[in-house]
Amino acid sequence: MTRPEIAPEIDDEFDERVAAGLAFLRRRLSGQYEIDEFGFDPELTDQVFQPLLRQLYHRWFRTEVIDVKNLPAEGGALVVGNHSGTIALDALMLSVACHDEHPAHRHLRLLGADFVFRMPFVSELARKSGATLACNPDVERLLLQEELVGVFPEGFKGVGKRFADRYQLQRFGRGGFVSAALRTGRPIVPVAIVGAEEIYPLLGNIKPLARLIGAPYFPVTPTFPWLGPLGLVPLPSKWLIRFGEPIDTEPYADAADDPAVVFNLADQVRETIQTMLRETLELRPDPFGE
Amino acid sequence: MTAAAAGSAGDRARAPRVVIVTGVSRFLGATVAARIAADPRVQRVIGVDRTDPPAELAPLLSGITLRKVDLTEGAASLIGTGAEALVHLAIMSSPDPAAGGRAAMKDQNVIGTLQLLAACQQMPSLRRLVVRSSTAAYGVSFRDPAVFTEDTEPRDVPRGGYGRDILDIESYVRGFRRRRPGVVTTVLRFAPFIGPQADTALLKFLARPMVPTVLGRDPRLQFIHVDDALEILRRSVLEDHQGTFNVAGRGTLTLSQAVRRSGRLELPVPEPAMHAAASFRRGVAGLSLDQVDLFVHGRVVDTARLVRQYGFTPRSTAAAFDDFVRAQEPGAVITPARVAAAEQRLLDMIRTVRERRGAAR
Repeated sequence: MTRPEIAPEIDDEFDERVAAGLAFLRRRLSGQYEIDEFGFDPELTDQVFQPLLRQLYHRWFRTEVIDVKNLPAEGGALVVGNHSGTIALDALMLSVACHDEHPAHRHLRLLGADFVFRMPFVSELARKSGATLACNPDVERLLLQEELVGVFPEGFKGVGKRFADRYQLQRFGRGGFVSAALRTGRPIVPVAIVGAEEIYPLLGNIKPLARLIGAPYFPVTPTFPWLGPLGLVPLPSKWLIRFGEPIDTEPYADAADDPAVVFNLADQVRETIQTMLRETLELRPDPFGE
Repeated sequence: MTAAAAGSAGDRARAPRVVIVTGVSRFLGATVAARIAADPRVQRVIGVDRTDPPAELAPLLSGITLRKVDLTEGAASLIGTGAEALVHLAIMSSPDPAAGGRAAMKDQNVIGTLQLLAACQQMPSLRRLVVRSSTAAYGVSFRDPAVFTEDTEPRDVPRGGYGRDILDIESYVRGFRRRRPGVVTTVLRFAPFIGPQADTALLKFLARPMVPTVLGRDPRLQFIHVDDALEILRRSVLEDHQGTFNVAGRGTLTLSQAVRRSGRLELPVPEPAMHAAASFRRGVAGLSLDQVDLFVHGRVVDTARLVRQYGFTPRSTAAAFDDFVRAQEPGAVITPARVAAAEQRLLDMIRTVRERRGAAR
């Protein structure tokens, strides 16, 4: 029985992976894992969701991150981004960026519209991956628990806008996100996401169909619904995600209920993101380049 | 603020001499009555129910004065008892098909509470009122926050009968608070009870070998261990705790996680089918609309106010659930031991195959 010297090491590595995989399955099957009060399942997110999204992030969109150092290494913060791309892939890619590119490997807790939580399956995937309903009690609770919270104040106006309006920020709702940051005294980190606008160029919206299925809009893109399910494949645009300098909210802590202050600050965040978007777009002359 | 409410610290902590407990013909009421009677400062405990207690509760009720009163027909006979505290536990969380079903349950919960509060208003001696409520008071809506604090207002009325009863009961208690501000009123919003015995409709459901769940939904559940619930109730009678409190074990389990931990199997059913099954007069498989609500939306509450006020932390939802799992192990289909054994067998198998290969080489 003469085995080459190298074999045991390879064996060990293989054995370890098999053992780890089986242990993971055992924990899942017997329910021996922890979730937080929002339903966030860190093990499932790290072992299953993130590896899948990572493929899309690196191979499909070739995402690059700029100034990730602006993301605080610890403590609660509200990450505010521009929203686009017909379905909210930008939110998912932003969560990969926060986890993989930042040395602290932070989980981004996304906020979703009630539409997301009405849908079976989708609602549970959202909760398990750490998302919760976009409402002030949840945002404040997460921020006070020192979590990184991701919000897209444009909402459906952002994801559902036409290709002709790409990279033009829409209205920022009522600025509820600003008052949550003010009330908890946590900073706001503006983010510009370039690339998501080109994945499903939205040409039109069939409103009667949207109403029929209860969706906020029914998208028509160059490929959807013409190519059927194939039309759901996003176009492989080049993505850049840029983090702006955190905006300190401490000076306005007492003004969380003052609409003038809230609107002004929301406007300031919006202007910052719009400027960052313009600058970042210049770094990417070809939307589908390398 | 009235003189009674502004008493000295010693007065606030004073135990009542005469206590009325409603719902003593059931486990919770009988046990609370026994624990209060065990306090030497309490002179007399009056146990009220509309039926005679079953024989197995008799040992608990030995020192209790029993009164057979049907609250739905009025509670005037309790006015002259000189009671200083009253604990209202005669509230049913699920219909009893043997005793009138849902109609009787609603009468008992809503009319019974209304009559009892009317009597309480005429008791000059009353200093403390404790009412059993439920976290179902938050209603169900897809626009609900993930975690309810006591100040969260319900957005939508629940479909389930118990949830609707709870909303009515709490509104009557709010009315009572306005009319008798001198009475310290404690409303305890309990998460579903859990313990070794599967004696509620929900627990019987979870103890089945196959647990029907709603397809595409994995609700977050919370439980309160029945021993911790009893302790909170005991303290609410013996000490002043004005206000409304969530009573639940910290943390949460999803339904799928709970089913796996107890070694059961999930049987996902589309929501309309589940809804139809629950809408039958008696409910199929003990299913009610309250459970469908819970199994679609889930329910998690914040317990910071309880812990602060009572200085008592109930065991976590996961720990409380473990107690149930241990007691219900005989019904388990998949036990952790079996899963671990299967894992070990697989690992051994791989090792043997590889060793043989190595030997062949």
